[in-house]
Amino acid sequence: MEIILSIAIGVMTTCGVWLLLRPRTYQVIVGLSMLSYAVNLFIFGVGGVKTNVPPLLGDDVVTSSLADPVPQALVLTAIVIGFATTALFLVVLLASRGLTGTDHVDGRGDRK
Amino acid sequence: MNGWAHHLIIAPVLLPLAAAAILLFIDERSRMLKGLVSLAAALLLVVISFVLFRIESGPNDFEGVYLLGNWTAPFGIVLVLDALSALMLLLTSLLGLAALVYSLARWHTVGAHFHTMFQLLLMGVNGAFLTGDLFNLFVFFEVMLAASYGLLLHGSGPLRVKAGMHYIAVNLAAALLFLIGVSLIYGTTGTLNMADLAARIPEIEPDRRMLMEAGAGVLGIAFLIKAGMWPLCFWLPTAYSAASAPVAGIFAILSKLGIYVILRLTMLLFGDGPSAGFGANVLLYGGIATLIFGIIGVLASQALGRLAGFSVLVSSGTLLMVLGINDGAVSSGALLYLVSSTLTIGAFFMLIELVERGQDAGANVLAVTMEAYGDADEDEPEEGDGVTMPGTMAILGTCFAACGILLAGLPPLSGFVAKFAMLSSMMGTGAIGVPPTAAVWTLVVLVILSGVASLIAMTRAGIRTFWGSIEGTVPRVLVIEIVPVMFLLGLTLVLTVQAGPAMQYMDTTIRTLANPSVYIDAVRNATVITDYDDQAKVSTEGTN
Repeated sequence: MEIILSIAIGVMTTCGVWLLLRPRTYQVIVGLSMLSYAVNLFIFGVGGVKTNVPPLLGDDVVTSSLADPVPQALVLTAIVIGFATTALFLVVLLASRGLTGTDHVDGRGDRK
Repeated sequence: MNGWAHHLIIAPVLLPLAAAAILLFIDERSRMLKGLVSLAAALLLVVISFVLFRIESGPNDFEGVYLLGNWTAPFGIVLVLDALSALMLLLTSLLGLAALVYSLARWHTVGAHFHTMFQLLLMGVNGAFLTGDLFNLFVFFEVMLAASYGLLLHGSGPLRVKAGMHYIAVNLAAALLFLIGVSLIYGTTGTLNMADLAARIPEIEPDRRMLMEAGAGVLGIAFLIKAGMWPLCFWLPTAYSAASAPVAGIFAILSKLGIYVILRLTMLLFGDGPSAGFGANVLLYGGIATLIFGIIGVLASQALGRLAGFSVLVSSGTLLMVLGINDGAVSSGALLYLVSSTLTIGAFFMLIELVERGQDAGANVLAVTMEAYGDADEDEPEEGDGVTMPGTMAILGTCFAACGILLAGLPPLSGFVAKFAMLSSMMGTGAIGVPPTAAVWTLVVLVILSGVASLIAMTRAGIRTFWGSIEGTVPRVLVIEIVPVMFLLGLTLVLTVQAGPAMQYMDTTIRTLANPSVYIDAVRNATVITDYDDQAKVSTEGTN
């Protein structure tokens, strides 16, 4: 379980960083989204990987078998914020494309 | 601090939030009303932060801890007001007021929701200064960043959109690093409360310590991007010079926010224990590199906007270097320098737009390249109505000279006092009295060199702007545009005249920061307000 999770995070981060460094705005935004997925999984992972346990403290629940609720709350916040900023970035990307006529990040790609 | 005064701690967050919400309901066409609401909120914010500042600078050394939702510290969220955050709040509110008044002349009309975003920016910055919790720091940072994305794009145009896109991409990546850092720290220590963290870090097991330090390092990178440390700073001069004048003015505080967080966290978390001095060398050498890069940039800048952008880097570089050597007396000089340089750079960004209004567009080298990009569809604000300033060129010239003196650190203004305070304690004539080491000599030389470079660049720019143009038209400058600039420069004058009490305040601040147990105890021992519980109990018992 841990191995699969860490491989997934690693692969996504690698792809995300590579895409982030590409010269097209579309690649940059996909790269940023992948990176944010990787980071969200990473935050989820720091609470310890547990399956099928609730983060709720009841009367008959042993604390050792609890999932840590704090990383879950953090992930939720991070997802919301990441979603909003990605949407904003998309708008800027479209505005840039409209103003410069190219989707190069510097606004002056190879015009044919 | 008790009763109503205690609730004032949360006011710098709630007031701009409420103002921003109200502003959303006012129609974009009633600009006057929007401007007045925003101005009233900014004025009230100045009053509140001044009251908080007075409380903190009073005789009793009190840590104001505000428990949100009445939950005790490590479990609930806390806001902490101490001398450093009170100072930063006051600085933010004064700069915010000046930038807002300036924008009322014409800039607030070039795009939608200027005032809402401005208030949200103030909310984010104030929240980040007040929070005592790492994750809330992230949230307030994001609030501030989201507002700053909008503000940077305010006025539109290809140059702003391009700079804005780079700015957003860099800051989104930085926010992801922030999250990685926060979650690594949580994973190793099990807490996000800064005071609790500071108490737990010395007791952490060695095999986890490395992971915690890695987390702290990643977290630091996120703030160093904001502060503009070389080589993470290439976005900064472009973004700041592309922003509209009042926005660039308020952005002067954003790079200082990065510095603030680094100062706060290094002093609190890595003051003593096995991890003491973590990252100090990175700050020192990074600061040196930033300062050298800033000096070269200042000398190489053709356009005034870029000159101001590189001045931000010079200021950040100086501060990072001083944080790197982490010495009490030098740090208190650096705090004064932080206040002085924020006011100066804020005023300078706003002044540039007024000065450049008089120049013909072709005279500027940057203007030529801008035309090649197709600058024509940039939204230039219409001329505002209002009283025109008499004797425009004389006042603009005086303000420009004052900015030059402040940036170069020449007497008689506060730039000199601050640099003198730093240099004298570095040279050993101050409180420490030890002979300076090689690193310190490098610092001294670089700080002086940066002053010389700023002086050369400012003189050159001043001659070209004020004396060089033969048929340059006199710009039409309104009173409400030049008064904020004069207000900020006047504050540096106040800082010069009151240098004694100011230095004393900075000294006390640094001394409190150097003793983290005060902060830790204040947060841990903060008690919930019991009256409410009793009343609630009585009322529930009554209903049962």
